[in-house]
Amino acid sequence: MLTKTLTVALVGNPNAGKSTLFNALSGLRQRVGNYPGVTVEMKKGRFAAGGTAVELIDLPGTYSLAARSPDEMVAVDLLLGRRPEEPRPDVVLAVVDATNLDRHLYLTSQLLDLGTPVVVALNMIDAAEAQGIKINAAELSARLGVAVVPVQANAGVGITDLTRAVVAAAEGGSAATGPAFPGAFEAEVAALQEELGPDVPGFLTRRLVLDVGGYVEQWLVGRHGEGLRLKLNTARRRLADAGHSVPGVEARARFGWVKAAVGAAVARPAERRVTATDRIDAVLTHRVWGTLVFLAVMFLMFQSIYLWAGPLMDGIEGAVGRVGEAVAGALGPGPLRSLLVDGVVKGVGSVLVFLPQIMILFGFVAVLEGCGYMARAAFLMDRLMSRCGLSGKSFIPMLSSVACAVPGIMATRVIENRRDRFATILVAPLMSCSARLPVYLLLVGAFLTEGYAWWVPGLVLFGLYLIGFVTAPLVALLLKRTLLRGATPVFVMELPAYHRPRVRAVVRRMVEAGGAFVVRAGTIILAAMVLVWALLYFPRTDPTGVPYEERIAAAEAAAEANADRLAELKGKDEATDAEKEERETLEAAAAEPDRLNGEWKRDSLLGRFGRWLEPAVRPLGWDWKVGTAALASFPAREVFVGTAGMLYGAGDVDPGDDEQTAGLGAAVKADWAADPVRGKYGVAVAASVMVFFALCMQCASTLAVIRRETRSWAWPAFTFAYMTALAYLGALVTYQVGAAVTDWGA
Amino acid sequence: MPAPATPLSDLRPGDRAEVVAVAGDPALVQRLYEFGLFEGETVEFVGTAPLGDPVEVRLGNARLTLRKADAAGVTVRPV
Repeated sequence: MLTKTLTVALVGNPNAGKSTLFNALSGLRQRVGNYPGVTVEMKKGRFAAGGTAVELIDLPGTYSLAARSPDEMVAVDLLLGRRPEEPRPDVVLAVVDATNLDRHLYLTSQLLDLGTPVVVALNMIDAAEAQGIKINAAELSARLGVAVVPVQANAGVGITDLTRAVVAAAEGGSAATGPAFPGAFEAEVAALQEELGPDVPGFLTRRLVLDVGGYVEQWLVGRHGEGLRLKLNTARRRLADAGHSVPGVEARARFGWVKAAVGAAVARPAERRVTATDRIDAVLTHRVWGTLVFLAVMFLMFQSIYLWAGPLMDGIEGAVGRVGEAVAGALGPGPLRSLLVDGVVKGVGSVLVFLPQIMILFGFVAVLEGCGYMARAAFLMDRLMSRCGLSGKSFIPMLSSVACAVPGIMATRVIENRRDRFATILVAPLMSCSARLPVYLLLVGAFLTEGYAWWVPGLVLFGLYLIGFVTAPLVALLLKRTLLRGATPVFVMELPAYHRPRVRAVVRRMVEAGGAFVVRAGTIILAAMVLVWALLYFPRTDPTGVPYEERIAAAEAAAEANADRLAELKGKDEATDAEKEERETLEAAAAEPDRLNGEWKRDSLLGRFGRWLEPAVRPLGWDWKVGTAALASFPAREVFVGTAGMLYGAGDVDPGDDEQTAGLGAAVKADWAADPVRGKYGVAVAASVMVFFALCMQCASTLAVIRRETRSWAWPAFTFAYMTALAYLGALVTYQVGAAVTDWGA
Repeated sequence: MPAPATPLSDLRPGDRAEVVAVAGDPALVQRLYEFGLFEGETVEFVGTAPLGDPVEVRLGNARLTLRKADAAGVTVRPV
């Protein structure tokens, strides 16, 4: 009996049922392992096998150990015990799909080269039996030289046998050897090993020879200089001349060995049976039916993120509002109350409000991936996405960004290629998300509705969405040609067999996505909210030293006291001059709290900064109020509406309230009408603000999620910089052209 | 007389063919090998995506999709 904790690495092809097996083994005792420099997550779980504690690491699904990217290299390094975070695995657990043995055992044969004991979990044994494939596990085990345990991970069948085999393999210790390579190849490896020294494991020296342009080659040539590349190329040429060219030599050696083992241990029906997958695929990849089903699925997904999430989000906002009121009621006016109500409670609310969208999208992603349709969607859309240098896998993340970039960016995890994934992440926020809508509705309502044909507002909104649809692919193309340039990623993708998605797996995925967002991105969003709150709150006193909150409270009390009299006066059809005068005085008093609030925000730190910045936004046609509201919308775009409300003296406007928004629209229009520039060019200025919001990166949540997904501050900083520049330029052109057209028309 | 060799991308849906040679970018060739698409194996051309690219092929029980430009580097002989 072993007393120490065993470290076991779980390795397998994508679609081998690796995650299902991981969940079956470790249940709910899971956590996410953190590996610096990696953008993919690896889960860790624990279980007990008899009296032995086992720590299980779930490596990302892969077809081969030929690493081409840093992410893939981390998995190889981890297997070789070259990562400081984890001990070298005692056992490698290889998951293979019993219906597709030849290809899955290719990876297993590479794992045998590591020199670590291997156990093969022969998964989906039930599906193989249904197809008439008979596998003699004992014979296969004898041929491969490792334990082979038939399992059915989704039903928990064979799990006890598997854990027993893992412990036995660790106790046995000795590792089987995989297929033999030609002598000429071994000679070249030995010669290079001499060159590299003993601190490069033999496994990596073999990969160095086999993987042309691979990660090991880049790393070792970088370390040993171009001389190594020369030697490497000479060695590969000698191998080619001897009839053992790379990478063919590896495929021949491994598949030859695999086929010999499979031939002896597996009996297949002479004629391959037509499977359910064949019949389903005939419809789902069909020119007409496939396209229709795809459009229907995408519509359903989009509609559900956009609409089903709505009531849930309203519920969260309502609850946050009630908590805010409760806190406000419990505390006296002052910085603490304001911080808690306007900073912390609103900040927490602005994090939680994303949960419905994230969880609904991830529910869809889990179902689509679980049943195998995700790969078909990528297959159908690849042609379209390849036009902008991406692949079909970018389609769903981009489409879901039209509802909200936060879940869209999280969904890029389905893209294995690092450059494609980053390009998709960087352009996803350009897609017109639902947070831009309140800004659009405010300005379209105020400036482009009255006096315009009925179709103008709709056309303007359509145009604003179009900006995202056109700009995002263009920027993606530009990024792929410049910053994220590199060898064209290989787009060879497996179309997995269809499976019934499992409810537990879907729910687990939704909960994980929501939890990860709250924990990792939530703090950053909260910090941004509190920062902007402080900039709008301080200084809190007027020039004479009286806190604004006291003055506003006094003004509100005065307005309240006179509310009945004002209503009475307003109700009169005929009024004396004295009554008219009294009415005007009372109306001014009623507007006094909003006016004071506007004055306070004007003199706040952010207001001062906005006024100082006014020369920079004047070419866009903006005044300092628009500029300050745009600055204040950094935590989230829709905050623009509320801040503009305060600055234009229309009160704290709720972006979801149509009546308040219309009131603010009227206030903005009246304010602009009094100004010589904005009065004349009101429509051009409104268009300039809308184009700015179509292109800008005023969303702390998106930046926090980019930071989380790329594991670096550089990428969110770059996204913010390029989008802000683009937005400024777009607004500048819009205003200047709009003003010129106005002049020309006049 | 055996059928003349042709690029994989020129097959029609339902055609079965033996792989004669795999050429192209080393990373692509290696990936195709890893999927089991190598000299001597039999593939079935399943069809083309509705937008005209990529193509789908079946290898044993596995289905792969690859772009036409990449499939053009795979030489096959129909059987």
